[in-house]
Amino acid sequence: MNRFAALLDRLIYTPSRNGKVRLLTDYFAEVPDPDRGWAVAAITRDIEIRSVKLAVIRSVVASRVDEVLFDLSRDYVGDTAEAAALIWPAEHGSNRVPSLSEVVGELQSVSRSEAPALIERLFDALSAEGRWALIKLITGGLRIGVASRLVKVALAEYGGKEVQEIEELWHGLKPPCQDLFAWLEDKAEKPVNAMKAPFRPVMLSHPVDEVDKAKIDLSNMAIEWKWDGIRVQLVRDGDEVRLYSRTGDDISNAFPDVTDGFPVNAAIDGELLVYDPAVTDGFAVRPFNDLQKRLNRKTVSAKMLKENPAFVRAYDILWADDEDLRTLTLDERRKRLEQVVGNSLPRVDLSERIDGTDWETLAEHRSSPPLDAIEGVMLKSKDSAYVPGRPKGPWWKWKREPRLVDAVLMYAQRGHGKRSSFYSDYTFGCWRGDELVPVGKAYSGYTDQELKKIDKFVRDNTTDRFGPVRAVRADREFGLVFEVAFEGLQKSPRHKSGIAMRFPRINRLRWDKPAGEADELITLEAMLPK
Amino acid sequence: MLALGHARTGCNTTPMKPHQLLHPTPKGLYCPPGDFFIDPVRPVDRAVITHGHADHARAGHGAVLATPETLAIMAVRYGEDFTERRQALEIGEVVSVNGVTVWLVPAGHVLGSAQVVVEYQGTRIVTTGDYKRRRDPTCAAFEPVSCDIFISEATFGLPVFHHPDTASEVRKLLSSVHQFPDRTHLGGAYALGKAQRVICHLREEGYDKPIFIHGAMKKLCELYEEFGVALGPLEAATIEKGRGEKNRFAGEIVICPPSAIQSTWARRFPDPLPVFASGWMRVRQRAKQRGVELPLIMSDHADWDELTTTVEEVDPTELWVTHGREDALCRWAELQGRRAKALHLVGYEEDAE
Repeated sequence: MNRFAALLDRLIYTPSRNGKVRLLTDYFAEVPDPDRGWAVAAITRDIEIRSVKLAVIRSVVASRVDEVLFDLSRDYVGDTAEAAALIWPAEHGSNRVPSLSEVVGELQSVSRSEAPALIERLFDALSAEGRWALIKLITGGLRIGVASRLVKVALAEYGGKEVQEIEELWHGLKPPCQDLFAWLEDKAEKPVNAMKAPFRPVMLSHPVDEVDKAKIDLSNMAIEWKWDGIRVQLVRDGDEVRLYSRTGDDISNAFPDVTDGFPVNAAIDGELLVYDPAVTDGFAVRPFNDLQKRLNRKTVSAKMLKENPAFVRAYDILWADDEDLRTLTLDERRKRLEQVVGNSLPRVDLSERIDGTDWETLAEHRSSPPLDAIEGVMLKSKDSAYVPGRPKGPWWKWKREPRLVDAVLMYAQRGHGKRSSFYSDYTFGCWRGDELVPVGKAYSGYTDQELKKIDKFVRDNTTDRFGPVRAVRADREFGLVFEVAFEGLQKSPRHKSGIAMRFPRINRLRWDKPAGEADELITLEAMLPK
Repeated sequence: MLALGHARTGCNTTPMKPHQLLHPTPKGLYCPPGDFFIDPVRPVDRAVITHGHADHARAGHGAVLATPETLAIMAVRYGEDFTERRQALEIGEVVSVNGVTVWLVPAGHVLGSAQVVVEYQGTRIVTTGDYKRRRDPTCAAFEPVSCDIFISEATFGLPVFHHPDTASEVRKLLSSVHQFPDRTHLGGAYALGKAQRVICHLREEGYDKPIFIHGAMKKLCELYEEFGVALGPLEAATIEKGRGEKNRFAGEIVICPPSAIQSTWARRFPDPLPVFASGWMRVRQRAKQRGVELPLIMSDHADWDELTTTVEEVDPTELWVTHGREDALCRWAELQGRRAKALHLVGYEEDAE
């Protein structure tokens, strides 16, 4: 358990992705079954613990610690779980530190009445870090900055496998996942995902660069709109129905309207979108902002279902009626898709194919699509099989040009990890009268050389400091102008400017441009979706 | 325990009230009969200095009485003219200052650190300065002295502070060096005391490669060596002209002042991994705020257990608590049925350690 706690501690403090993967793979190599499997489960999903709640921990701590001293400590530390873990005056109990799997086993089998005694015993046996990890296990939600995707990547790297293979198995895995580790270490066959309605790793596309155009035979390409939603896979096999994100996370619980509205046995690949319930003739797609309201939720309210109903715009089919269709060509799969989806499913429709056999037509589609919810065009080779991963050649995406605005640097914050000595996160603003109003924040898009120059500018022109943040001189006469690229805008009452940018990044440094000539806020407001 | 109890038994006059012997003033703790200050925060005529950290040892006093080590540290930091008159007092040596008996006892905080014992007309007060109880290979260990008034620091005076075993913290650093051999481990540590202690513990764990040090550490490390603290091979963390030099530091340990980690100086190292050795690293939010990737919980101050066991061991008539979290230690004393009060001295940096 202390080893698991040490892993969590290092993961919390390590900002880089590669660093986290290294910490995880080393842990998998060092820690035997079944502990490492429980660690995977604890990091990526909540382990269900029924009879121990936070209140038990509070009462156990109160039994050994003066209330005044605890309150002083909690105020200082700022977190109840951490204060409880640190303040615990351990008495000598067993000399043996329990393993993670022993702890999980005991937590899952203990009765309500025995819970306080168990917590007291575990607290005495564990280090402060171990106690903290124990409390986090009990309360759920480790919040250590590690997404399940990262754990899958680490597992794949540990076993020298493709991450798609892990994704495919993921939902069939039962902790402590010994069969998975046996396969990763080449000691056993790949486990069979016996779960119904499994996730099938998705096929991804490449962006079209100018140089690629010559290689793309447009006569062999099916053209579709690129919808601005999220990529999903919707699968039904009898009673079992699931909606997966593109990395295989199960998001069914948040979208009962979609899963209920898909009554056929098939696995389809498509875009999750939200439509306007007032329009009854087909699905009137609404912008991404409306979809965002429904993302990252564990459950969904009736009001939300009514106001922001979701559906899937299907563009491919991977499986139907016990038949794997992935080896068929795109055109063959399209026929099957049309048969399965038709035009009468409650929450699934077809992504239409559009014209375009020359780049001029495509360019026009791309730059002026009929809806805000379209962000470009997709080009898919008609004779391609469905290949997981990102094979170069069969599928292309040609996104519309980002939107641009000239904004003035207002605040700079120090970065993390490699960039901890650089002011690398920038808040920039546009003019409202003579006042600059912050409109966004970006920490990418510049080169290392440019970063050095901006950093120097920040240090030379600091007007105020707030911890790791510096205010930078920015007025009509003086300031650094960024050309900021972004994908879209939405209204946001939480921001002073009333708008929020999607994927803002620094496109160009405009050392040449006087700050007073940066864009006005009204220019941005005009770009808001109607 | 130092046996100097006879000094009290031979005295027949009524003991003077403790606050008449020593009391806080805006300049620091003042002893009226002896006419001297302990660790004054502003220039005074006569100062007794517990140890060389900047918030306790300031330049510009008329006369300074301290251990030879502390005087040497002040001279290195402020220049030879840091005071008009120096008076070196060896540990255990007793002097009389205007009739007040004064002697110094090891505090275990940093090289030369001492508790100040003052005794006058049958009343004895011990001022700890900063102290710790665990083993430190770079300085003499704390010795408890029985007294009427014990003035204890309380930097880590909250029961959440249990500093872990120092060796195991240092082993965390070594295992991270092993795990990330392409990165430079940039160890932030205060230039006086912590830096040398980290180095000594690394040596005790068998790390015998050169350790690279920031320029600000050089003179103090040399001074420690002069006083017999062996630090092993040290090299300057500087880059010679020419490309490719940077990679020289991959997999190496560099010790620097904490503020240097986020300075432009740190850019000379390949993919630096920020380490910080401090008692404050016990609190996650503190470590996160500073962008530390490997916090080492290592303090030169007493943790909660050390504070409370020291008070029990010294067993003073009354406990006075200063700089730090006075509330909690006073609450603890109250629960123990001990007399205690907070002194509220100003001018000491709570984060400096």
